[in-house]
Amino acid sequence: MSMEEVFHPMQEPMILAAAISIVVGAVVIVAGLTYFKKWGYFYKNWLSTVDHKKIGIMYIATALLMLFRGGIDALLMRAQTAVPDNGLLDAQHYNEIFTTHGLLMILFMAMPFVIGLMNIVIPLQIGARDVAFPRLNAVSFWLFAAGCGLLNLSFIIGGSPDAGWTAYFPLAGTEFSPSVGNNYYSLALQLSGIGTLMTGVNFIATIIKMRAPGMTLMKMPMFTWSILITNVIIVFAFPVLTVALALMMLDRQFGTQFFAMQNGGMDMLWANLFWVWGHPEVYIVILPAFGIFSEIIATFARKNLYGYKSMVMSMVVISLLSFLVWAHHFYTMGHGVMVNSVFSITTMAIAVPTGVKIFNWLLTMRHGKIQFTTPMLYALGFIPIFTIGGVTGVMLAMASADYQYHNTMFLVAHFHYVLIPGTVFGVLAGYHYWWPKMFGFRLNEKLGKAAFWFIAICFNVTFFPLFILGLDGYARRMYTYSESTGYGPLNMLSFIGGIGLAVGFALIVYNIYYSWKHMPRNEKADVWDGRTLEWATHSPVPEYNFAVVPTVTRLDEFWFAKKEGRDITAGKIEKIHMPNNTGTPFWMSGFFFLAAFFAVFNLWIPAIISMIGVFGFMIHRSFEKDHGRYISVEEVMATEKSLRGDK
Amino acid sequence: MKIDSSLPLEYSTEENRLKIFGFWVFLGAEIVLFATLFTVYFTLQTRTGSGPNGAEIFELTPVLWETFLLLTSSFTIGLGVHAMRIGNKKAMMAFFIITLLLGLGFLGIEIDEFVTYVEEGATIQTSAFLSALMTLLGTHGLHVTFGFFWGVAILIQVASRGLNPQTANKAFIFSLYWHFLDVVWIFIFSFVYLKGLIS
Repeated sequence: MSMEEVFHPMQEPMILAAAISIVVGAVVIVAGLTYFKKWGYFYKNWLSTVDHKKIGIMYIATALLMLFRGGIDALLMRAQTAVPDNGLLDAQHYNEIFTTHGLLMILFMAMPFVIGLMNIVIPLQIGARDVAFPRLNAVSFWLFAAGCGLLNLSFIIGGSPDAGWTAYFPLAGTEFSPSVGNNYYSLALQLSGIGTLMTGVNFIATIIKMRAPGMTLMKMPMFTWSILITNVIIVFAFPVLTVALALMMLDRQFGTQFFAMQNGGMDMLWANLFWVWGHPEVYIVILPAFGIFSEIIATFARKNLYGYKSMVMSMVVISLLSFLVWAHHFYTMGHGVMVNSVFSITTMAIAVPTGVKIFNWLLTMRHGKIQFTTPMLYALGFIPIFTIGGVTGVMLAMASADYQYHNTMFLVAHFHYVLIPGTVFGVLAGYHYWWPKMFGFRLNEKLGKAAFWFIAICFNVTFFPLFILGLDGYARRMYTYSESTGYGPLNMLSFIGGIGLAVGFALIVYNIYYSWKHMPRNEKADVWDGRTLEWATHSPVPEYNFAVVPTVTRLDEFWFAKKEGRDITAGKIEKIHMPNNTGTPFWMSGFFFLAAFFAVFNLWIPAIISMIGVFGFMIHRSFEKDHGRYISVEEVMATEKSLRGDK
Repeated sequence: MKIDSSLPLEYSTEENRLKIFGFWVFLGAEIVLFATLFTVYFTLQTRTGSGPNGAEIFELTPVLWETFLLLTSSFTIGLGVHAMRIGNKKAMMAFFIITLLLGLGFLGIEIDEFVTYVEEGATIQTSAFLSALMTLLGTHGLHVTFGFFWGVAILIQVASRGLNPQTANKAFIFSLYWHFLDVVWIFIFSFVYLKGLIS
């Protein structure tokens, strides 16, 4: 590949502008860190941290950044289709943008937002001092970051993937996608996927083995349950993606015949492998949101969660069914009536446990004294909007009817109606809810609520027209259409809604700045009058989480203890064992990044050298003697005193 | 770090127990990984294009040797862990070394097998069947290779640091990994080679 080809995307003025802004941004950050002499602080407190709370914050920061990158992609798509025969983007650029929009939003926005929240909250909710494997947790984050960086690099160097986020073969093969875009796809997703798999292992071990004394499985908070189930899905779904991506790489870069059109290859094999991972993936990002809503609705309705056992059961059933529905993504692609019928039935069956959950949330609120805080607004907005997504999902589940909906905007509207009120509202609700726990001050409620109304209303303005367009036969992934189709007005409406959505998300970020400047500090530990253990410790949380690990006797122990005037964190303070910080995960992932980057361009020798670096760090880790360190009783007492505000 | 002396060394601390549990979960993911590769293989098994099929290229003798070596190595690593449990460092190391040598022998035969295939014109690019076969075998072989270096690193640590909760934990987890590769091989032997030779 010549240098000219490598940098060909830059010939596009918009990409050049984006590239320049990235370079300028990077220079500003580097210069700023140097000028304020913050490199040491940055490395010691962030790059080399193994603290689950800081790792969680880094996940969420990356997720917000990617929300904007993916959001700009979305706005460009809506702008391009706002009027008929528009020339803002050409077909190739449009292909790249809808591909990266999907990849970024699912894998580098929704996933890290969810994983960030679970990092921050889970150890606190189960009364643990950290996750089971703090170092592995850092490895997970940095591998995810490496994958994220690699995919974002693609649109500047070499070209973005352009075969859709599903990358169906033969379109994604070298014959029809000769650029390196889909090499980036396989390698960037591979890196972050391995990171996610490690997260899955880590959190299963954490939740199964590290709960506070007395917290049996059926006394766990609902968010913890949702995360346990999510991670089980991760561990069983992500290896399928690992294999699929490896086969894609082999096909594209080593000339194998897995998904080829000749020599016995089978293109449908990719579609099956992709969705065997891809459908459970949908539940990986939705179940944590269900958990978050369960916490928030119980807290702000001032009632215990209705139907705890049925909530757990329905999540378990959803997780099992999530592995049995993958073929509904391609009913029209040539499997027989029998197969379609089976997958139709399993798909519709998912509506049952989901319906159970919706009714449980409604019944939790019945007779409750509801407080309309920002997180609660998201939870309340979620129920009706998500139900529209669910009902259209059942429509799509019917195989015979799907021949009408397949690959139209109806489908696009459906999955945005599930993922935005489900996952996005969920993580935003969790973000507002747990923010005081992370930083010790609240986000401004007025701005938060304004952002909610912007997002909730403009979401419907953006996506409801797409249902109608889809039923009218407007196919997805078309970069333009002629005026005679009559698709223009509704597309324009959708574009206007998209701008409103952007305003809403901008308000959320402005709120960080505003609240940081103006909101009172030293919030008390239990800002929302919560029910679960994370509210028992200080805000912000000290690095050891709990000076004394609380003992649990029932569900919502903290809530009942409060009513009885009992302090569950009282007890004798002992010295606390904590893991040491380490830069190894950061540097090792850096070498992984280099290896993957070189591999994208088939530069195998530098790639192998980089992999030797990766193994070097593994060997270093194996031989290292690191037994962690102890925080002394005096130090714990001093920290506790200062956090309580005693003088 | 609290050491519970009523338990074997590898289980004696909280951290050790966590690591063993975590590794079992990881092996769950590995099962899915190999299950997916087997599924791909079974799907593409008959899709040989213009290339040879299994019966035409498989040879029973080297495969039996591979099976014999790997199964024996699983037995010897079991003896190694038993030696570790009774605190016999020398015997433990001897059994681990034998295990790794048997693994090396397995790899040697497997590499020879691959070379033979390529010489016969059956490369990973020839047909979907061969792509799937060599990816499945290659993934298993890479696991054994990785295991070999991992085992060497652990042996060096046991030699220089003796048997303590950390080294015992590492050796035990390594033995889980090694047994797992053996189980995968049994499936490869039965459902790839034997089944392929029949058809």
